[in-house]
Amino acid sequence: MPVCNRHESFGTETLPPSNTDVIQGTLDMLILKTLSLQPLHGYGIARRIEQVSREVFRVNPGSLLTALKRLERAGLLASSWKQTENGRRAKYYALTPAGGRRLEHETEEWYRRSAAVGRLLGAEG
Amino acid sequence: MSLWRHIRLGLRGLMHHAEVAEKIDEEVRHYLDQAEAELVASGTSPEEARRTVRLRYGDGLAAREEVGSYGWENLVVSVWTDVRLAGRRLVRDPGFSVIAVLTLGLGIGATTAIVSAVRPVLFDALPYLNANRIVVVADRSEDGTPVPVTFGTYLEVRSRSGSFDELAAYKPWQPTLTWAQDAERLEGQRVGAEYFGVLGATPFLGAGFDPEADRPGGPDLVILSHRLWALRFGSDPTIVGRTVRLDGTAFTVTGVMGPNFENATAPLATVWSLLQYEPVPASFDSREWGHHLQMFGRLKAGLGLDEAYSRIEAVAANPAPDFVRPVWASLKAGLSIRSLRESATRDARPTMLVLLGAASLLLGIACVNLTILLLARGARRQGEIAMRMALGASRSRLARYLLTESLVLAALGAGVGVIVAQPALAGLLAVSPPSLAQTDTVGLDVGALLVAVVLPTLISVIFGLGPVVVRAGRTPLRGIQSTHRGSIRGTLSARRALVVTEVAFAAVLLVGAGLLLRSTQRLFAIEPGFDATGVVVLQVSTTALGRGDDVVHRFYREALEAVRDVPGVRAAGVTSQLPLSGDVDMYGLTLHEPGRALGGDGSAYRYAVTPGYLDVMGVELMQGRHLDRRDDDAASRAAVVSESLARRLFPYDDPIGSRLQFGAAIDRPYTVVGVVEDVKQESLGAVEAEAVYVPSDQWHWADRVRWIVVQANGDTEALVPSIREAIRRVDPNQPVVRVQSMTDLVARSETQRRFVSTVLAAFAMSALLLAGVGLFGVLSGSVTERAREIGVRGALGASRTDIVALVIRNGISITGLGLVVGLGAAAAATEALSTLLFDVSRLDPLTYLGVFAILSAVALVACWVPATRAARLDPASTLRAS
Repeated sequence: MPVCNRHESFGTETLPPSNTDVIQGTLDMLILKTLSLQPLHGYGIARRIEQVSREVFRVNPGSLLTALKRLERAGLLASSWKQTENGRRAKYYALTPAGGRRLEHETEEWYRRSAAVGRLLGAEG
Repeated sequence: MSLWRHIRLGLRGLMHHAEVAEKIDEEVRHYLDQAEAELVASGTSPEEARRTVRLRYGDGLAAREEVGSYGWENLVVSVWTDVRLAGRRLVRDPGFSVIAVLTLGLGIGATTAIVSAVRPVLFDALPYLNANRIVVVADRSEDGTPVPVTFGTYLEVRSRSGSFDELAAYKPWQPTLTWAQDAERLEGQRVGAEYFGVLGATPFLGAGFDPEADRPGGPDLVILSHRLWALRFGSDPTIVGRTVRLDGTAFTVTGVMGPNFENATAPLATVWSLLQYEPVPASFDSREWGHHLQMFGRLKAGLGLDEAYSRIEAVAANPAPDFVRPVWASLKAGLSIRSLRESATRDARPTMLVLLGAASLLLGIACVNLTILLLARGARRQGEIAMRMALGASRSRLARYLLTESLVLAALGAGVGVIVAQPALAGLLAVSPPSLAQTDTVGLDVGALLVAVVLPTLISVIFGLGPVVVRAGRTPLRGIQSTHRGSIRGTLSARRALVVTEVAFAAVLLVGAGLLLRSTQRLFAIEPGFDATGVVVLQVSTTALGRGDDVVHRFYREALEAVRDVPGVRAAGVTSQLPLSGDVDMYGLTLHEPGRALGGDGSAYRYAVTPGYLDVMGVELMQGRHLDRRDDDAASRAAVVSESLARRLFPYDDPIGSRLQFGAAIDRPYTVVGVVEDVKQESLGAVEAEAVYVPSDQWHWADRVRWIVVQANGDTEALVPSIREAIRRVDPNQPVVRVQSMTDLVARSETQRRFVSTVLAAFAMSALLLAGVGLFGVLSGSVTERAREIGVRGALGASRTDIVALVIRNGISITGLGLVVGLGAAAAATEALSTLLFDVSRLDPLTYLGVFAILSAVALVACWVPATRAARLDPASTLRAS
């Protein structure tokens, strides 16, 4: 299941050089983390990820919405249609208790792995 | 539960497809609008914002597609689309599709039905604990064939062989069950107390037989089958200890067998009682020394069949002083020992194997035919496939496209197969003789169905994918170019080879069917020795009548008179044994001369008859006189013998006036007063015809089961109800067991052979049809593919006759090769048929010639259409087309 596939229409030359698609496997975790603060709609999630990562991560709507659909099916998210501040209908996503547990688990895993990777890289230097 | 959520949400996606798509659309639009609105809020002009967003995220179409395609339901949707596409394509080529589907369906259905019918007999173990340890022991006649044992032999083997945990003797028993004002004859067995122990079965209600009761004069005990208990006694749970009336005697029910108990020695038995024979060796003229028992036993654990065999042979070969044997049970020829399984399926086995072989051939032909069709189609579609690849279809996409088509084809074929299998099985069971299949235990065999479905599915997948595989490594351009050239020659010659196989298979089936048909024909051309036209027979059982012979004689006398008084009846008679009815009643003979050993003059069928029986049956008198009213109880004993017996006993003398004795009877002999023609007793094919007819009044006991044979002036069968009523008026408690026309009985006496020949004939016709279709397909394909060559020939001056001859030569060479292979294979394969053939060699030249002619004729017909089409091809237009 491609979490992030590059779209040909996505002109890479217009983007800053450090800008990158969300790396494989981490998008789910980022979504869960973002939603652990407050329920958001799709664009809100994308903006939050981009802003907090200081535009390091780029999210395209196809990948994001598919990931949301998948997480919802897995029972980690719940969704509902609500009015937004400017009076339009939008689909809001919120973390379920199962989603919270998964986030905890994934975060732990992440630190464990990145620490290991960090140690390896440090040892080489 | 996450799986449940997946299913639920997926189903919603399937059912509310439009609504779900709409929601996705809205979500994506909202996303893009938000992005735009944010840019506008930060000061960009609306046009600029729209442009930037479109540049970054596209117009949302790709995103919608991506989100929409997530979830299992989308696989369903796309497969369904493929299936519909495949279905449309199959509909567009109806000739191909219909033939392929019907071919498959026929093959699958027939194979499944046959395997379902034969598997229980051929392959399944008997349903007993350690069933392989149960063996049947029989005496041997001088020519080595197994014959029933005497009780004396049973006692000797039981005490001397040391090979059995349990050994039991048994014999058939057909008691009459009476209740209220009604009577019914049952199928049952008289068995030794050890009988159920040998089978390792215990009753489901009550208990087994008490060994103490198994002696002369012991209590009358009975065990019921589950079916009889349910049918006649309303599944009464308190039946144990109650009595039922069998043959006029009160029997105490001691047990009821379970619903799953199968009685392999007599599948139809519903009631068992004890033999109650003398448990110590008895005098030679007692029933204990009659050859009328079967015996089987459970071998001791660890004792092999060979070991047991040699121990039993040793007993037979070394008489012991404690067990004196009479001359007719001397065990001189040894004893026969077989597994129960083999013994129970021996008669049916050859038939089953033939049917199984035939079904496999038919499925084989169906598969070959399918392969041919798929190859031909693949060849025709090379251009299409190449074009699709040139237009950018990936190989995997094309493979899926062709695979779906193959699977749809296979699924349709399997569907037809399942539809065909059930009625085919029902029909098979309906026409099969009861010895071949236990109707109530046979169901459709799911395993066989699976194999029969999977095999052609695999074939259709492999050969359906052929075109993609063939294309591997070729550029689409070459594929398109080669379409009208000779590149398809490869598959064409493969198809030719397949048609050769098909013709060969068909030839084998046709030869088999032909040989059996000729056997049946020969059998029914045989003179049975009687004229059965317009004769109706009724079997009446008087086993429930009181004690003593007088009541029995009186009943049959009165019944016969009552039947003769029925208006329209021309003549009627009574016999103890009826030809071709399954009755076998033979007695040892002794010429009444000094110094003759008892039973030393061979044995003959014994018929205890009333005067008039031979007349009704139209048995012709050759010499002397028929039995008549003079030969009553008081007169001196008279007998009529059959021609073959007279010839053997009195080759040079006049048989009339000579005297005969039966069995161990030492009393007054019978004087031969007449000779009649030979009558077929056991089967039309039997050679044994030595018979003696004696007046039933003079026989030294009264037979309790007899046949009344009736002939009317007009239609006898119309009189059956009044005849039945006449017998009922004499005594309502004596059941009329069987009613049949004699012609029917003759026809049914050969059911097994007739059944196999019918099935084989049906298969052979299907095979012929399929082979014809295959040949037609290949030739007509080759005409299409060689249109250019034929065009060139035409242009170079070949006449229409030349072109017709070209195609027909092609067809004949394929058929000829198939015929040579097939007739050769048939000569070897018909070995399996040899036991079913009668008076026809398995190499019967007429049959082989006939098959040759039929297949050639079909081949010519199959060639004709493509040949004339080739002849009509216009050289100019075919050349221009390429």
